[in-house]
Amino acid sequence: MIALLLRDLKLAVRSGGGFGLALVFFLIVVTLAPLAIGSDTTTLTAIGPGILWLGALLACLLSVDRIFGLDFEDGSLDVLATAPIPQESVFLAKSAAHWMTTGLPLTLMAPVLGLLLNLPAPALLAVTIGLALGTPALSLIGAFGGALTLGVKRGGLLLSLLVLPLYIPTLIFGAEAARRAAHDLPYQTPIVFLAAITLFAAAIFPFAGAAVLRINLR
Amino acid sequence: MSIWEFANPRQFMGWSGRALPWVAGLAGLCLSAGLIWGFFFTPDDFRQGSTVKIIYLHVPAAFSAINGYLIMFIGSLIWLIRRHHVSALAARAAAPIGATMTLIALITGAFWGQPMWGTWWVWDPRLTSFLILFLFYLGYIALWAAIDDPDTAADLTSVLAIVGSVFAILSRYAVLFWNQGLHQGTTVTVADGAQQDNIANVFFYPLILSMAGFSLLFISLVLLGTRTHIRARRLRVLFQKEMRT
Repeated sequence: MIALLLRDLKLAVRSGGGFGLALVFFLIVVTLAPLAIGSDTTTLTAIGPGILWLGALLACLLSVDRIFGLDFEDGSLDVLATAPIPQESVFLAKSAAHWMTTGLPLTLMAPVLGLLLNLPAPALLAVTIGLALGTPALSLIGAFGGALTLGVKRGGLLLSLLVLPLYIPTLIFGAEAARRAAHDLPYQTPIVFLAAITLFAAAIFPFAGAAVLRINLR
Repeated sequence: MSIWEFANPRQFMGWSGRALPWVAGLAGLCLSAGLIWGFFFTPDDFRQGSTVKIIYLHVPAAFSAINGYLIMFIGSLIWLIRRHHVSALAARAAAPIGATMTLIALITGAFWGQPMWGTWWVWDPRLTSFLILFLFYLGYIALWAAIDDPDTAADLTSVLAIVGSVFAILSRYAVLFWNQGLHQGTTVTVADGAQQDNIANVFFYPLILSMAGFSLLFISLVLLGTRTHIRARRLRVLFQKEMRT
């Protein structure tokens, strides 16, 4: 399982895969938002948390079809199915690798990009904590969507349609925490809910995802 | 004789074919009675005027939209547990009808909201939940359409329906947490001690009638859709046999 994780990490970093793509996309969203909306600092403070969350979510969505897609095409997934680890572990390892190559760098980038959006310090902290807690759920949900659309040729649109409704609770709580922090309100409740969603996703999606993988490899 | 024998495709085609005209006829009867009563023989509300009559389409459609999801969920569960093809096909048939009902509820709601709240759309919890529900329906239908092998499609959509149901409930509460809205609370409770907030009986009886009509219409459409899917699958098998010979 750890070998698989390391393999996926290496593949993502070396082959110019999803690693840079998500980060650059995130950077583009955050750079373009003020250009599109206007550089008025109060407006930016008001919408900044939302932009950061939206950017992170879309950047995640951009790379989820790679989690299983490439391995399914070249047959590695079939080999993994015969490996002496359960499919649940394969799913978990692959979503963890996805998180480390998209969610984690996004979280680390968020405070810096938040400065560009004129966010106050508490909001920066809240966005960072929120992304750290929320992006694992995004990766797990995305991996589930990727597993669902394995057999579909060019399933990108379908994947987004399936995954977006599942992303909504995470987005709501994450953006709510950051918004409350920007107004100096206590933001513990949405953060706790965010952590709950991630734990819940980590509990159910390996099983649902593994079931889906088995069906697709049948 | 166990209840599962009704799920045998041959049995199902038999009884559903006999039941369909009755259910559909009853649906038509309830709907026309409920709607005509509601539209022409109830007084105008003292504040909302005649726009209150949108309720006879809006509430039953919303009710059916949620029940449609329930049918989809139960059908998927039965398919995963007992692998009755009819239940998977019933879930498949329920989805487009449920999506249509969701759309009807959203559109009639917009027409009602415009004169009452002064806006076609607000990001109110109920409205947002229904939009999310609509997206779920679309994703489910698209997944069915995208996969060729019927058994794989049934399996994948069933898992999606179950995960989606969990997340639908989660979204509902997340949205409630997110925003307090303009939409009124539940006023159509059948067995509830708190009666003072409920709608008046003048409006209630035709509403119940049209809700029953919508439910019956929904059931008959699901039966019809399931029969169509079964026939399509039989045709497919026939074609495959012909190709082989």
